[in-house]
Amino acid sequence: MVYQATYDETEAAEIIAEHEALEGPLLPILHGIQARFGHVPEAAVRQIAAALNLTRAEVHGVVTFYHDFHKEPRGRHILKVCRAEACQAAGSDGIADAIEKALGIGFGETTPDGQVTLEAVYCLGLCAAAPSAMLDRRIVGRLSEAKVGALVEEARL
Amino acid sequence: MTKLFIPLDSFAVACGADQIAEEFGQLLADRGLAVEIVRNGSRGLAWLEPMIEVETPGGRIAYGPIEPGEAAALIDAGVLAGAGHPKRIGKVEEHPFFARQRRHTFKRCGITDPLSLDDYRAHGGLKGLERAIGIEAEAIVAEVTASGLRGRGGAGFPTGIKWKTVAEAKGDRKYIVANADEGDSGTFADRMIMEGDPFCLIEGMAIAGVATGATKGYIYLRSEYPVAIAVMREAIRRAGKAGLLGASLLGSSHAFDLEVRVGAGAYVCGEETSLLDSLEGKRGQVRFKPPLPAIQGLFGKPTVINNVITLASVPEILAAGADGYKELGIGRSRGTIPIQLGGNVRHGGLFEAPFGMTLGAIVEEIGGGTASGRPVRAVQVGGPLGAYFPVSLFDTPFDYEAFAAKDGLIGHAGIVVFDDTVDMMKQARFAFEFCAIESCGKCTPCRVGAVRGYETVKKIIDGERPAENLALVEDLCNTMKFGSLCALGGFTPYPVMSAIRHFPEDFHGEPMRVAAE
Repeated sequence: MVYQATYDETEAAEIIAEHEALEGPLLPILHGIQARFGHVPEAAVRQIAAALNLTRAEVHGVVTFYHDFHKEPRGRHILKVCRAEACQAAGSDGIADAIEKALGIGFGETTPDGQVTLEAVYCLGLCAAAPSAMLDRRIVGRLSEAKVGALVEEARL
Repeated sequence: MTKLFIPLDSFAVACGADQIAEEFGQLLADRGLAVEIVRNGSRGLAWLEPMIEVETPGGRIAYGPIEPGEAAALIDAGVLAGAGHPKRIGKVEEHPFFARQRRHTFKRCGITDPLSLDDYRAHGGLKGLERAIGIEAEAIVAEVTASGLRGRGGAGFPTGIKWKTVAEAKGDRKYIVANADEGDSGTFADRMIMEGDPFCLIEGMAIAGVATGATKGYIYLRSEYPVAIAVMREAIRRAGKAGLLGASLLGSSHAFDLEVRVGAGAYVCGEETSLLDSLEGKRGQVRFKPPLPAIQGLFGKPTVINNVITLASVPEILAAGADGYKELGIGRSRGTIPIQLGGNVRHGGLFEAPFGMTLGAIVEEIGGGTASGRPVRAVQVGGPLGAYFPVSLFDTPFDYEAFAAKDGLIGHAGIVVFDDTVDMMKQARFAFEFCAIESCGKCTPCRVGAVRGYETVKKIIDGERPAENLALVEDLCNTMKFGSLCALGGFTPYPVMSAIRHFPEDFHGEPMRVAAE
């Protein structure tokens, strides 16, 4: 489950302090913030920029460049479905349709109850056990339309 | 004590291996059976994962694919003694998929406990580093050069020459960077070696450090690989504790430290210069070359940046000498290549062999054709930027130059198999779509070209002036190929043009008919 917490400046300062001494600390800090709060709000961008002596524009530029970082909160669970070629060859388009239907949302969207965000991912390295998906940090291979129901149910919990 | 091997490799975990290991652990404890569970890497027979192995006096006996909930029945059937069972595979070494391989880089993968340094040593580990420490830095570089090893990330640049440039470059600090941002669909060799034999990568990077005078290494590992991240970090921790890393490498005067850095979902960061920018904490945008990373790389310092498999191939080259490696392969492609078979394939997995097998032999004989049982229609070799090959080109030998001569590339040696239900026009559209999603945006041919290409192929699909738009796509591909800053924009034309060239019936047949109606 991705933790969706209210942004806390003190906690954020701890995360920043933990990584500040690294060479090139920005990505590790952003990963820490994203993991802790489920997103990287504008307040975090300001705080990180101040701590690392960067401009807000620079930090904003990095946050928005990478698919893993999000400025807005998302669902409590993130379901990533592989849409890349190896999974396509193994029928992932049908799986993707079935998941969209079961959740009632499209890719890039979050269910109205805030429970699940559905995302496309381009390769989980499970190409010989395709089609594949990842629910939060748990990987799932050999997806079939029959298995979609259980996966969606788990995501909804 | 009897050992029971249950892989921790992502293939196995994604199909329930953690649960299976838990079930066995519980049952063994309940029944008071003296069996040790070892979480090993994968042997590479992915379609048989989760594949468990039992150590018996007659060798390791494999069973698979095992599903959660089967443990009790398996123990009752006597599999802990290697008994017969419908899922009994026997000795992996005697399985045709395995027996035809020549394992060099993956020689320990799946056999050892990935996190046991003792096991690593017992299976020939650290011999390469020990030898490297004992000889001159120049001699290490000469050995790697003599082996003929070329970059396994896809570009195929001679590794020894890269190392020599860094060794000769002046800098108060130098870096070794392992490119573990394995984003190409159809590839998983980096992931498998990091999960199944992480000390091998650590040893390879340490050797590179000794050879070039670099004292710090980074493994840039993609966030889509949670298992590999966990295993790699634990392996580095254990290596540090055992003196394999740190201020004094194996007691020598060489210092080398290593850190895992997790990527953030950007495909383009697999390109070496954008990876370096990402490591520095910037947007992962491609840099202009020159200067080469070997001269001005990470934080402006001389940097060796190599693919994981390249680095993991080095310890054995140092341990056994360059000659044995150089003898394998064909033409200018020396040594072995871990071929990855994925997609709609019957026997998918990792197959390490010397260069030179034909594409057809790999797909049909090793892969066993499609999983769906339908005829193979196309295979994409080298990831999303690789060309689609029709069956008529299956006589192409697996070799960098032979693939280039057929307007394709080996890339990271991933092969994705498609059956006859594939619509090549949609695959061409996807190639542009993917490029548009993942473009770093720095150069115009890639940033704008990908979007325009997607729109234009969509028009062809909709039957809108197909001949004219097809000509437009070809022209656009030419611009992207020669005008882009890196391989993302530069190679997207490979899948597009190969689809158009080899499967013209998908581009003119259907839409033309639709347009005529």
